[in-house]
Amino acid sequence: MTKKQKKTRNRILVVLSLFIILLIADKTGLFENIPELVVFFIYLIPYIIIGYDVIRKAAINISHGQVFDENFLMMIATFGAFGIREYSEALAVMLFYQVGELFQSVAVGKSRQSISDMMSIAPEVAVVIRDDGSTEEVDPEEVSVGDMLLIKAGEKIPVDSVVCEGESFVDTAALTGESVPRKVTVGDDIISGCVNGEGVLKIKATKAYEDSTVAKILELVENASNKKSRMENFITRFARYYTPVVTIGAVLLAFLPPLLGQIAISDSIRRACVFLIVSCPCALVISVPLGFFGGIGAASKIGVLIKGSNYLEAASYVDKVVFDKTGTLTLGEFKVASVNPFNGITEDELLKIAAIGESVSNHPIAKSIITAYKEKNGDALIDASNANAKEIAGHGISAIYEGKELLLGNAGLLEEKNISFMAPNEYGTVIYVSLDGKFIGSIVISDVIKPEAKDAISAMKKVGVKKAVMLTGDRKYTADYVAAQVGIDEIYSELLPADKVDRVEKMLSEADNRSNLAFVGDGINDAPVLMRADVGIAMGSLGSDAAIEAADIVIMDDDIRKISSVIKIARKTITIVKENIVFALGVKILILILGAIGIASMWLAVFGDVGVAVLAILNSMRAMKIDK
Amino acid sequence: MKKTYKCEVDCANCAAKMEEAIKKIDGVLNARVNFMTQKLMLEAADDVYEKVLDEAIKACKKVEPDCEIETA
Repeated sequence: MTKKQKKTRNRILVVLSLFIILLIADKTGLFENIPELVVFFIYLIPYIIIGYDVIRKAAINISHGQVFDENFLMMIATFGAFGIREYSEALAVMLFYQVGELFQSVAVGKSRQSISDMMSIAPEVAVVIRDDGSTEEVDPEEVSVGDMLLIKAGEKIPVDSVVCEGESFVDTAALTGESVPRKVTVGDDIISGCVNGEGVLKIKATKAYEDSTVAKILELVENASNKKSRMENFITRFARYYTPVVTIGAVLLAFLPPLLGQIAISDSIRRACVFLIVSCPCALVISVPLGFFGGIGAASKIGVLIKGSNYLEAASYVDKVVFDKTGTLTLGEFKVASVNPFNGITEDELLKIAAIGESVSNHPIAKSIITAYKEKNGDALIDASNANAKEIAGHGISAIYEGKELLLGNAGLLEEKNISFMAPNEYGTVIYVSLDGKFIGSIVISDVIKPEAKDAISAMKKVGVKKAVMLTGDRKYTADYVAAQVGIDEIYSELLPADKVDRVEKMLSEADNRSNLAFVGDGINDAPVLMRADVGIAMGSLGSDAAIEAADIVIMDDDIRKISSVIKIARKTITIVKENIVFALGVKILILILGAIGIASMWLAVFGDVGVAVLAILNSMRAMKIDK
Repeated sequence: MKKTYKCEVDCANCAAKMEEAIKKIDGVLNARVNFMTQKLMLEAADDVYEKVLDEAIKACKKVEPDCEIETA
C-alpha cells in the first residue's frame, strides 16, 4: 500500500468503529432524548473525517465547471441523505464509498505492479570499461556505440552488443519466454534485456540504448494500451452519456413524483440519491482496459508482443491463419538433406566433388553444399584452382575433376548428355552429379521444416482456427510436400510477392465481419501483407526491426506454437472483458430499477457501485494468468 | 515533439476526461492519458510545446485537483 492508501485505510478504521458505536447507540435508543441538531453534529464529525477530501474535490471541481464528477455526485447524494435526516445512511454511504475506492486503488496498483514485474527487463546500470582498464557505472542511456562493457554473473545486458571476451549462458526468458539459457561466446551477438548466467563477459556495444531491443520492446508494450480496442472506445463513449442521463433521471425522480402528489418528497429524494450513487461510471471504465492490459501482459510473459488492445481484440476473432511458408513453417535455411552416392563412390567423396564444382557459384544451393562440406571437414579449404568450373545457365555447372568431365545440375542437364540416373524419392531440390559421363550420385537440398510446425497447426485447430492456408513462391511439389507434412488445408504455390497480397486481399473480401484473418510471415519481405491482414503476426527473430515495425503481433523467438497460445489469451481476455461489462451494467441497471421503485437502499447502491468495480478488477486480473 | 510524462491519476474515467480536455487545447497534435501505465503522452509542435504542456497540466488539474504530473 502506498502512503496515501494507508492514510485512507486508517481513516476508514477510525470511522468504522465510530459508526458501529453510533449504530449501537441509535438502536438502544440513546439518541431519543437528545435534540435533533445535536445528533446531526454527532454524525457530522465522522462524516467529515471520512469525506472531507471528497467534498474538497467536489468543491474545486464545481468551481471548474466539472459537474458530473463522482466526488460531486457522492457529495450531493450524502447531503441529500442528511437533508432527509437519514444521518446513518449518509455516513455509511461515504464510508463504503471510501472502502470501495481503497479496494479499487489497491487492486489496480497490484495488477499494475505484477505486469511491470513481468516486464522488468529494463537494465538499471551499465558498467563501462575505460581505456585504462578502470570501470565505471553509468546509466544505460549514456553508453555509446563501441563502448566496452563488463557484465558480471546475474547482471542484465544493458544494450545490444557483441561478445568480445568470455563465455556464458544467457537467460532470454524475459524477452522470449524461452526457459533454456542460450550459450554465447566470443563473436556472438547478445541482446539487451537478457540476463547473464555464471560467466563474466566483456561485450562491445553495437547499439545505443534507445535503439536496443529492450528499449524498443518497453516502448511497444507501454504504447500497447494506448491503442484502444472497440470495446474500450464503446465504454468510454457510453460513460460520457451514462452519467448525465442518470443524474437527470435522479433530478426528475426527486421532484416529479412529489409534484404529482404520488410520494412524499423525503422518499423521492432518497430514491434520487440512490440514482446519483449508481451514476458513477468508474467500474465500467476501469474493468475494460485492465482486462486488456492483463492479456497483453500475459502474452509478453510467453515472449509474444501485442502492439495494442485492438489487435488483441482482433486476434480473438481469428479463424483463418495464412502462412508465408519460408521462415514460418520452415526455417528458411537451405541445407543438404541427403547425399546419395551411386556406383561405389563414398558419401564424403561425392560431397567433396560437388563442393569443388559448386565453389564458383553464389547460388544458395551451391552455398549449402559448400557449407555441408566444410562442416564435415573442419573448414577444409576447397581447392578448385584446376577445376575450370563454369556455370551452365539454368542447368548447373560443368567442371574438370582429376582430368575428367564433371557435371552438376538438374535432371535436364544429365538428360541432355544422355546420362542415365536415379531420382531420389525425397522432397527438395535435387542436384545430380556425373563424372566422366557416368552418374555418381545425387544431393538433395531442402529448406528444413520446423519441427514444431505440425504441433503448432494442430494446436491452432484446437483453439478454433478453421483453416490453415499456406502461400509460397516455391514449386508446387515442394509446397505440397510441406503442406502435407504439417497439416495445411489450402495451398497456393508458385506465387510472386505481389500475388501474395492479392491472395490475402481476396481472402479478406470473402470473409465476413465476425471472422478475422491472421497472416504469419517472417517480417522481412512481406510487410505489405502483414499490414493488410486483420492481424499481422511476424517472427521477431530477436531484434529484426522490420518485423517489429510491420506487424501487429510479434513472436520473439519465432516459435509458431505460440500463435495458438495468443489466440487463447485473446479469447480469454475478451470473455473476461465482456463478463465485466455485462456484470457491471447489469448490476447498475438492477439497482436503478430497484432504486426507482424504492426498494434499494443507499447502502445497496454503494455496494452496487464500488463492489462491482472491485469484482470487475479481480476478474480482470485473471487475464494475466496463463492457462497451460 | 512527442514526450511522455509520469502522471498520477486515481480513476479511469478521470483519465479519459483528461485526455479529452487536453486534445481540445490549441496546438495539441495528439495526447493520451494512460490510466494503466500512469503516463501522459503529449505531442505538439516544438515552438509551442512548453506552453501547450503548461495548459495540459492545468487541464488535468481541472479534472482531478490532486493529479500530479512529473515534468522534470
